[in-house]
Amino acid sequence: MKLLRMKPGHGEIVLAEGDVEVPEQERELIEAFRRELDAGMWAAVPTEAPGGRREAELVKSFADVPRDAERVIFFPRAAGGAGATNR
Amino acid sequence: MGLALGTTAVVLIVLLWELGRPHVIAAFEDVRVRWRERRRAIAEMGYDPGRERRAELRARALLRSCVEPEEWAMYRDLGFLRVWGGLGASDPGEQPPYAYLIYPHKPIVAYVPATRELLSEYCVAFPDESKPYGSSRLPDSDDVLAKWMALRGDERRLIADANMHLPGRQVDPDRVSRDLARLSVWERERAGQQAGSLRAA
Repeated sequence: MKLLRMKPGHGEIVLAEGDVEVPEQERELIEAFRRELDAGMWAAVPTEAPGGRREAELVKSFADVPRDAERVIFFPRAAGGAGATNR
Repeated sequence: MGLALGTTAVVLIVLLWELGRPHVIAAFEDVRVRWRERRRAIAEMGYDPGRERRAELRARALLRSCVEPEEWAMYRDLGFLRVWGGLGASDPGEQPPYAYLIYPHKPIVAYVPATRELLSEYCVAFPDESKPYGSSRLPDSDDVLAKWMALRGDERRLIADANMHLPGRQVDPDRVSRDLARLSVWERERAGQQAGSLRAA
């Protein structure tokens, strides 16, 4: 499993990578996961539904992440903004 | 008398210089270090088109790996994504009653596909306050992916967090109408191509 984070000026970076079946690596993944949530990030797991349809699931704890997930993507939490004003 | 005063003045100046020299040199060194750090910070934080382009290329690859192939093709060809709304009641197999258009760094536009009537704009941003390169803005394709994941993952939450406005506040309604017409043509052409390749197979 890879934990990725979107970053301005860079694109995604790999925060942590490991096998959830290996306790030590799982611990590192959990710690990295918590750090990101504590920093105010949202976490999404890209998934593939039966039939091949691609979806995303927002998760709030590591326990919610499917064990077979390949990636968890962190991105800044949504804020109601003024947005771009150029039309 | 004048000679003595002059000599004393010279001796005093030399003494003062000797006493103050370390401080003056340290002050110059301090200014030099600060100036160098400032220049380095400006180089790191300043807008670098090469860096932004590499970031956008990474973001596009990530977006492509997450969304449906058709959605990726739509974004690549048209510059926006359509996401069907999931909160309205619709029978399985039927077209949902509303959909969203996702533009990079612009509000999400909700509309009725059947009539192309615009419903509202949802102004939402994903600012990264750590500003690693001096900006809180994600690359364009990361912004689109963040909106896509948030809509697919928890539409109700994203819409609740967004500022809702009437259509036309920030996104030109004429532009949206043109984009919907382009989308319609694009879908027809794509369906035709797929039917053609199926017949050929």
